[in-house]
Amino acid sequence: MPNILEVKGLSAYYGPIRALFDIDFTIATGGVTALLGANGAGKTTTLRALCNMIRRTGTSVLAGQDISRKPTEDIVRMGVAHVPEGRGTFAGLTVEENLKLAFHTRRDHAAARRDLELVFDYFPRLKERTKQQAGTLSGGEQQMLAISRALMLAPRLMLLDEPSFGLAPLVVQEIFRILRRINEHEKVSMLIVEQNAALALELADHVYLLETGKVVTSGPSSMVQNDETLRKAYLGY
Amino acid sequence: MEFLLQQIASGLTSGAIYACVALGLVMIYVSTDHINFAQGEMAMFATYIAWTLIQAGIPYWVAFGLTVLIAFTGGLLIQRFILKPLEHAPVLALVVCFIALLSIFNAIAGMIWSYTVKQFPSPFPSGDPTGHGLVSYHQIGVVAVTAIMLAVLTVFFRFTTLGLAMRAAAQNPASARLMGVRVSWMLALGWGLAAAIGSVAGMMVAPIVFLDPNMMTGILIYGFAGALVGGIGNPGGAVVGGFVVGVLENLVGTYLIGNELKLTFALVIVVGVLILKPAGLFGRVNVKRV
Repeated sequence: MPNILEVKGLSAYYGPIRALFDIDFTIATGGVTALLGANGAGKTTTLRALCNMIRRTGTSVLAGQDISRKPTEDIVRMGVAHVPEGRGTFAGLTVEENLKLAFHTRRDHAAARRDLELVFDYFPRLKERTKQQAGTLSGGEQQMLAISRALMLAPRLMLLDEPSFGLAPLVVQEIFRILRRINEHEKVSMLIVEQNAALALELADHVYLLETGKVVTSGPSSMVQNDETLRKAYLGY
Repeated sequence: MEFLLQQIASGLTSGAIYACVALGLVMIYVSTDHINFAQGEMAMFATYIAWTLIQAGIPYWVAFGLTVLIAFTGGLLIQRFILKPLEHAPVLALVVCFIALLSIFNAIAGMIWSYTVKQFPSPFPSGDPTGHGLVSYHQIGVVAVTAIMLAVLTVFFRFTTLGLAMRAAAQNPASARLMGVRVSWMLALGWGLAAAIGSVAGMMVAPIVFLDPNMMTGILIYGFAGALVGGIGNPGGAVVGGFVVGVLENLVGTYLIGNELKLTFALVIVVGVLILKPAGLFGRVNVKRV
């Protein structure tokens, strides 16, 4: 199975307003694909549309299974973990409860317990704070928690919505290093949306450039990294 | 002195009932963010079902269990068929819907069972253990039932993954969906639990106030006051609040304002808490980072 996700003719709407226009893209199994573009290009909308969190049309196929019309919860249960914009922290729950929420959907609790250890290996800082209210964590820690929650679902595909948002450069670097390790060791395919294009290009092997809800161009990361006109026009660096 | 103790003891009994009603209100508030005005009438309706079962010759505790089960299913169905279609409706529409439920339950109960007052049995022995009329077995039983219910709920929400999923769904529905939680079922479950708790409250109060379609009207207001005093989002606080209101109401009624104005006192508490300390004694103030 070369592609974990194949998307054809994806359109999305906020009320009467159309935000995506017939987007096609694929994500290679085991790879990291980046979705880049300016503010309002439709990056977050694409992730939301994939999880059926907004009204959408078009088809999306996850490892041979059509998930176009499935409710969000079912898509998640089929192995798509979405790390949402704003991190989706359960502020009133403890760090541990945030993570153990995954036990509700997972049948194999022994495996889930192993994954909890795995998460603490990746993010030792969370282990020190298991009993702390998640709302009191720093921004970086909440982002780590969001990634950890996703990891607790034992996903095949992770959708990451701006993991660098609002974080200090050092923290961002740490998180991206860990994302690379997760991709390599856990064989989790990733679709990452980022404003910080340079950083995303380092992590990703394939890139799609979005502008006002349409795919402008796509190709290997190196192609965009080496094409100055493309970078200047769409990524601003 | 003995008279005062007696007043406190009887305040604790009504407090236990207010605590049950408050628990039901909190349950729905925590899982859906709404105040269910029909909570009392749902409890009353369930109590009539229990009465019918007992009249049919079913032993008390079997009827009790069946009623809790029927109430749970009823609450679940109300959420699925009446409130789910109103998911995106404005709050005011929901308030109207709750009030409609209130009067529908009241009217149907009156239609089926008539408005004549009925006796309802207590599962506890009559008489009092102290021998000089301080507390009755029923009063002790009501307090015990409330304590057991709170303990069961606390264990359920703290230590089970289903309870955790319900709390997560209430706090952040969008994020809960992204963890695979079927949020709308969690809401239905919240309604089921609230209705079940309400049915217990109804069956505990009926032996004291007698069964009639309007028996819960005042009690709902006291329950609401109790929930507010404790903090409307906190089950433990709701129970404490219920007891506080029960005792205060009795003392104030006996010594200060007379029994006719007792209900007014509950309304004074409601308004006072909302003005002076909207989060209640144990409630958390919602702070948002902006």
